[in-house]
Amino acid sequence: MLSARLDVRRGQFRLSLTLEVPPGPTAIIGPNGAGKTTALLAVLGALPDVEGTLSVDGATLLDSARGVDVPVEERRIAYVPQDYGLFPHLSVLDNVAFGLRQLPADDRGERVAAALHQLGLAHIQHRLPGSLSGGERQRVALARALAMRPRAVLLDEPLAALDKPTRLRVRSFLAEHLRGLAVPALVVTHDSADVLALGGPLVVLESGQVAQTGALGTVHSAPATEFGQAFWR
Amino acid sequence: MRLRIPPPRHLAALVPLLGAGLLLVFLTLPLAALVLSSGWGETLSGLRHPLAVSALWLSFLTTGSSLILVLLLGTPLAWFLARHPGRLTETLATLLQLPIVVPPAVSGLALLLAFGRRGLLGPWLEGFGVSLPFTTAAVVLAEVFVSAPFYVQAAASAFRRLDPALLLVARSLGAGPSRFFFRVALPLSARGLAAGAAMCWSRALGEFGATLMFAGNLTGRTQTLPLAIYTAMETDLGPAKAMSVLLLAVALGLLLAVGQGTRGLVTRDDAQRAA
Repeated sequence: MLSARLDVRRGQFRLSLTLEVPPGPTAIIGPNGAGKTTALLAVLGALPDVEGTLSVDGATLLDSARGVDVPVEERRIAYVPQDYGLFPHLSVLDNVAFGLRQLPADDRGERVAAALHQLGLAHIQHRLPGSLSGGERQRVALARALAMRPRAVLLDEPLAALDKPTRLRVRSFLAEHLRGLAVPALVVTHDSADVLALGGPLVVLESGQVAQTGALGTVHSAPATEFGQAFWR
Repeated sequence: MRLRIPPPRHLAALVPLLGAGLLLVFLTLPLAALVLSSGWGETLSGLRHPLAVSALWLSFLTTGSSLILVLLLGTPLAWFLARHPGRLTETLATLLQLPIVVPPAVSGLALLLAFGRRGLLGPWLEGFGVSLPFTTAAVVLAEVFVSAPFYVQAAASAFRRLDPALLLVARSLGAGPSRFFFRVALPLSARGLAAGAAMCWSRALGEFGATLMFAGNLTGRTQTLPLAIYTAMETDLGPAKAMSVLLLAVALGLLLAVGQGTRGLVTRDDAQRAA
């Protein structure tokens, strides 16, 4: 379980967020500028001056009142940005192994091999990201994120960079993998099809506030805001 | 994509073409004259002249040292400039470009006024028994002074082109700043750094004015290739031509190498854009 009560100020913009995220996928939706990416970055620990508390599975990562603010490097929260953030000069294998440096070589090899196998990447492990299709890149990013055995996973618009036919295929693949996760996965998206495929609970963010949150069925059948109503059309 | 350019229909359209041709001839003719006026044998024997031998060695030694100094000190500076955008760093970056536009003679005088015996730091240096002017070290300092901005500028702009999302991802994967720098930033900026280093080295190799003012023209101690060419001109054109042909060849080689090097790394860069 990921529990967050976060308060972020960026110039005029203020994000005030209370979240309880169970294991598996939780979608974050909202209009442009609602603070979706800001929310991910705040959980990741990438923003300065975030107030509030954040704990994942009992580990306190932020408690501003008590001066606790674990840096990004030590939060063990995986982050997949919109264009995947693969290291273009490293092979698929080295990308996936990047976060496992502290492990002994044997364990690292095993962990990487397992991640590559799980996401069907073993046959392209020596290729550079530039030579991969969009769907393959997405899988490498996911393999790299999961290989580090994160406390939580953050995905920012994971399907936005894909063309439509690829998106359909990757969507069900991604949803299946995230549903099987034992840790919380926050997925920012603007596509209702993604939300339906993920099937998990849903957070509607508007103007830096949680406008509605709950199980998919509830939010889907009774959207509380104008944006929420338009989202399913 | 190449578009078809219609042939000129009026005589007036030929004027810019004529101007372009004139400049092209003007730029290549002196270099051609230099190469054509010296045969293989003459060049080789000219390079064996004692003046040429010691200048060649000294140029190799000093430009090598200045390049190493620039790489070691300039890379962190470029990284700092790239990672801290803002008014202050912009001003700093502009000031750092000054040695490129300041006349070399002015640089030489400025170096004397800073590190000379009666300069700003002269008495303090003398306390340690160090006197810089008219030494080989002064040649290195003059070369660093005039060439470092070329490298720092190129390196900073290469670092600025790095995708900030990569830094964030690397951090989320547990990589601290130094691991990100060596494992991600440095390899991805290699092309820009190499081009900057090549520019910097060639500027140091050609350095004349500041060296003459600050280090003098002492054979075997401060007389680098450009100074030796100047000195040889007064007595024997042979070695002067030979050393000039050599510098020309080195410059050409450098240009080709940088072109090749960047072409070789294009795939890596393309990968970055695509990923």
